Amino acid sequence: MSAVTHSAAIPIPDAAPLITVRNLSFRRGSRIIFENVDLAIPRGKITAIMGPSGTGKTTLLRLIGGQIRPDAGRIDVDGACVHELGRRELYQLRKRMSMLFQSGALFTDLSVYDNVAFPLREHTRLPESFIRTLTLMKLEAVGLRGARHLMPSELSGGMARRAALARAIALDPMMIMYDEPFSGQDPITMGVLVKLIRTLNDALGLTSIIVSHDVKETASIADYIYLISDGSVVDHGTPQALEHSRSGWVEQFLHALPDGPMSFHYPAPTYAHDLALAEGPALA
Amino acid sequence: MLESVRRLGRLALRFLQRLGKATLFLLGLLGALAALCKRPGLIVKQLYSLGVLSLPIIAMSGLFVGMVLGLQGYANLVDFGATSTLGTVVALSLVRELGPVLAALLYAARAGSALTAEIGLMKVTEQLACMQMMAVDPFARVFAPRFVAGFIAMPLLAGIFTAIGVLGGYFVAVKQLGVDSGAFWSQMQASVGLVDDVIKGVVIKSIAFGWVANWIAVFEGYDAIPTSEGISLATTRTVVNTALVVLALDFVLTAIFFGV
Repeated sequence: MSAVTHSAAIPIPDAAPLITVRNLSFRRGSRIIFENVDLAIPRGKITAIMGPSGTGKTTLLRLIGGQIRPDAGRIDVDGACVHELGRRELYQLRKRMSMLFQSGALFTDLSVYDNVAFPLREHTRLPESFIRTLTLMKLEAVGLRGARHLMPSELSGGMARRAALARAIALDPMMIMYDEPFSGQDPITMGVLVKLIRTLNDALGLTSIIVSHDVKETASIADYIYLISDGSVVDHGTPQALEHSRSGWVEQFLHALPDGPMSFHYPAPTYAHDLALAEGPALA
Repeated sequence: MLESVRRLGRLALRFLQRLGKATLFLLGLLGALAALCKRPGLIVKQLYSLGVLSLPIIAMSGLFVGMVLGLQGYANLVDFGATSTLGTVVALSLVRELGPVLAALLYAARAGSALTAEIGLMKVTEQLACMQMMAVDPFARVFAPRFVAGFIAMPLLAGIFTAIGVLGGYFVAVKQLGVDSGAFWSQMQASVGLVDDVIKGVVIKSIAFGWVANWIAVFEGYDAIPTSEGISLATTRTVVNTALVVLALDFVLTAIFFGV
């Protein structure tokens, strides 16, 4: 694949971003996940990070959340360098950031109500009656007030994600990171989630980061998009600007074209060599 | 030859690496105890699932083991006309060895494997990562309560196993085989010492077994590879490693307390 990479000096889309990533490098063993990546997440906006499966989008969220440390570079969230924080400071920061996991990650031994009330019970000393009111408000926001007595195993995929979203906003965070919120959802649920993310972001004054490869849905609500592949930012801009990008890679990805710079085949020896039909150099 | 030495070295290194990781994990558990003291409800909940729900298998097994001891003891002692010592045989076997060891093995099979699978699945379904992202420490919220509850439950289960075992032995010896009830109990009372047998046997051993059984179970869940095969392997390792460590530890403790 011949990715169009120009990550070295990417301009920041807006002043005073909530998150800035500078010269980020991260490897797993010998495999490069990110190499000198720069990006900026503006406050109050929905920023999408898109790219093919396996390009490290979820890893980027985990790096921002401080669950893993970069090999080089710096990630600042609201002015604090995440990987330089002590455990106590990091946990304080995490109380203000939230993450919606791909699976929903609801606690399976707790009901929907208790899942949403969980962060409130853990981090506040509010009386139970107040927690109840707050929990019902969050559940009402995602349309699951009536499902509060259900257990996670009784929920559909979409309902589980909405319940997880209610839990994610329980502490009124400053930002939410969405890890593949639309994957595996039916069109109606997808539409509901798209609307919810946009509405919650605007109503609660959040900053949202959506990691996804569902182009249409994500582009419909994103204010800004970063496209990443092969360890670097391939392109970035508003959805409208990217629509008119001249990059072959961007065009292939956004329009789901089967042919383009992105190779269908995983790197391998030549087909003829593997079938023992030819001698000569093994690599394609 | 060289390859065998290399392989052995690799195995030893891997073992030491895991032991180091498990020790760090244990330190993490101990570090979370202070936070846990403020929330005893978390321990009580786990005591129910690890202790109370293990009672049926512990009670049934204790009963059968005691009954077998009664039968076997009677079959051997009757030739010497020493059936009056049957109470001593049953009680000492259970108090010193079978009670703590079998209760620990049963605990590992029933509760230890469940602990590993539960924690491993929490890892697979990102519940632990989610907890961390919510600024909730899984050590204080998930691992330590389970470890402490299991540690409390183990000696209690071993005690119950032993007591029911003695009753099983009594039932077979006295009710079925006609051993004198007074002799059964008085011999037992005269021969079984509180410190030398009960404390050094069922109490200390089950505390030690409870420590290692729960440490292994919780660590294996935490360290499980987050795939279905990984969980399966971790669960198997919990049962196998606990059995081996409990039996080895039993030998060491027996040598210390009862060795000549």
